[in-house]
Amino acid sequence: MFPTPIEKTSRSWQISYQIILPIVLIIWLLPLIAVAMFSIKPDSDFANGNYWGLPSSFEFFSNYGKVFFESNMPRYLLNSVFITIPTVIGAVALSAMAGFALGVYKFKGNLLIFFMFIAGNFVPFQILMVPVRDLTISMGLYDTVQGLVLFHIAFQTGFCTLFMRNFIKALPFPLIEAARVEGVAEWRIFLYVVLPLMKPALAALAVLIFTFIWNDYFWAVVLTQGPNAQPVTAGITEFNSQYRAAYHLMSAGSIVAALPPVAMFFLMQKHFIAGLTLGAVK
Amino acid sequence: MAFATTPTASTNRGWYKRNEIAITPWLFLILPILFFAVYVIIPIGQSFWISFHEWDGLGEKTYVGLANYERLLTDDRKFGISFWNNLKWLVLYLLAIPMGLFISLFLNQTVAGIRLYKSLFFFPFVISQVVVGLVFSWFYFPNFGLFTVILDLFGLEIKGGVLGNPNTATYGIIAAGLWPQTAYCMILYLTGLNSVDPEQVEAARLDGAKGYKMLWYVILPQLKPATFIAFVVTIIGALRSFDLISVMTNGGPFGSTRVLSFYMFEESLSEFGFRMGYGAAIAVVLFFLMLFFIVYFLWSMYQDEKGGH
Repeated sequence: MFPTPIEKTSRSWQISYQIILPIVLIIWLLPLIAVAMFSIKPDSDFANGNYWGLPSSFEFFSNYGKVFFESNMPRYLLNSVFITIPTVIGAVALSAMAGFALGVYKFKGNLLIFFMFIAGNFVPFQILMVPVRDLTISMGLYDTVQGLVLFHIAFQTGFCTLFMRNFIKALPFPLIEAARVEGVAEWRIFLYVVLPLMKPALAALAVLIFTFIWNDYFWAVVLTQGPNAQPVTAGITEFNSQYRAAYHLMSAGSIVAALPPVAMFFLMQKHFIAGLTLGAVK
Repeated sequence: MAFATTPTASTNRGWYKRNEIAITPWLFLILPILFFAVYVIIPIGQSFWISFHEWDGLGEKTYVGLANYERLLTDDRKFGISFWNNLKWLVLYLLAIPMGLFISLFLNQTVAGIRLYKSLFFFPFVISQVVVGLVFSWFYFPNFGLFTVILDLFGLEIKGGVLGNPNTATYGIIAAGLWPQTAYCMILYLTGLNSVDPEQVEAARLDGAKGYKMLWYVILPQLKPATFIAFVVTIIGALRSFDLISVMTNGGPFGSTRVLSFYMFEESLSEFGFRMGYGAAIAVVLFFLMLFFIVYFLWSMYQDEKGGH
């Protein structure tokens, strides 16, 4: 309703709006469009100074082929998958439990524990860095996928619990009471009454955590080194030093690294946005 | 209810059954609290402890009291620059909020394909900051970078390129950061605008409210929850800035783009040797800077909690 709906405005403004829209979009995405164009250019274009002209030949397959078959990129992508998927499952499971406990039961310290989760989630990474790195080394998990996963699960639980608890709190409480009157055990109430109602929250968090963890760079640098365990965000810098000044390959590599969360976003848009707004803005 | 009245029945039910409602939440909380304590709560305390020591991360820690903090605050020029840059980030990053609002108002229409437009505008937020950093460093590249080419059209030139010039580098990185952050704020406001009460807007329109007056007095008050979240995530994003700096300039040129989070990393884990104690002290300062905001956020949420029940 605000601003004035376009149907109620003058014909000329309606037309100009339709024209302005794509232009603004192109300006907004200009840096990205530039990289996408770089990634299909042949090597010779850069040597000849043809940076912004049309590609002299279409090299999509050879450039992306090099990324996939002549570098460590597939290894890094796989690491990212092995880091991201278990983290999503772990964090969502833990926070569903914590959210249930904090959203359904009234007990001393409830709000305190809830606020501890929220506050911990806002803390700067750097204050955790040295102790977490030490802990990971002493558990023998430095430079492993598991080391990263464990930390990510723990940290993301803070944010997820905030979301889950508020979601559960908004569910109709009489439903739980009715189950209690029937004599259903509390853990069964969680499993069979609450959990099925939480599907939208579970989906929203899963998509969001996937993106956060896939895009993490700081912890990847702190807790891993080299292609054994490093995810693609950290791997891309190694890839770039391998192909120094080969802009067509570096662009192709960046696009490959960025793609999975983008795909996730377009497939699960509704859930993604519900998660981002923390459920507070409906 | 008749069932709990006979003594035999109540003893048969067992201790767990009788206390089920009191115990269950704790059973559900054990694992999450354990994880969170081990990886988040306890490390905060440990960092404080480490900051009172000199430590290379391997050998023995030597207790030095407040010496690390003394050095930070009295004669560390790098710390001064980092802190100052953090303030720049904080202030300029907030521009994402009005910019996001502006774009969301521009897109809040129903024309063909608008959903796709909204998604494409949101696009930058989904991409990892590492890739955003790479994309923007090519965008700014001297000689052939698109931004440099555009500046050239207007007859302007930045010496050494945006990121090579100590006067512009930090602003260049912040601009790169604003790109995804604006997209985030935009989506918050777009969802917020969906729930704006159409009757109030109609009523205001009948009263002759238009344009920015309508926005300021009728729309913005209804967007308050969106603004609050936008504020929270933008402040946190500003203080967490690390990826972009690391990828785009690695703190340079001449250390002019360092912020506390980056400086801390550099001191603790760089090739110049592991100075964990000093790094921890920097982290503690950053923590207090953040704590100021955390307390404010929690306080606002607490007010909501009280109001809600």
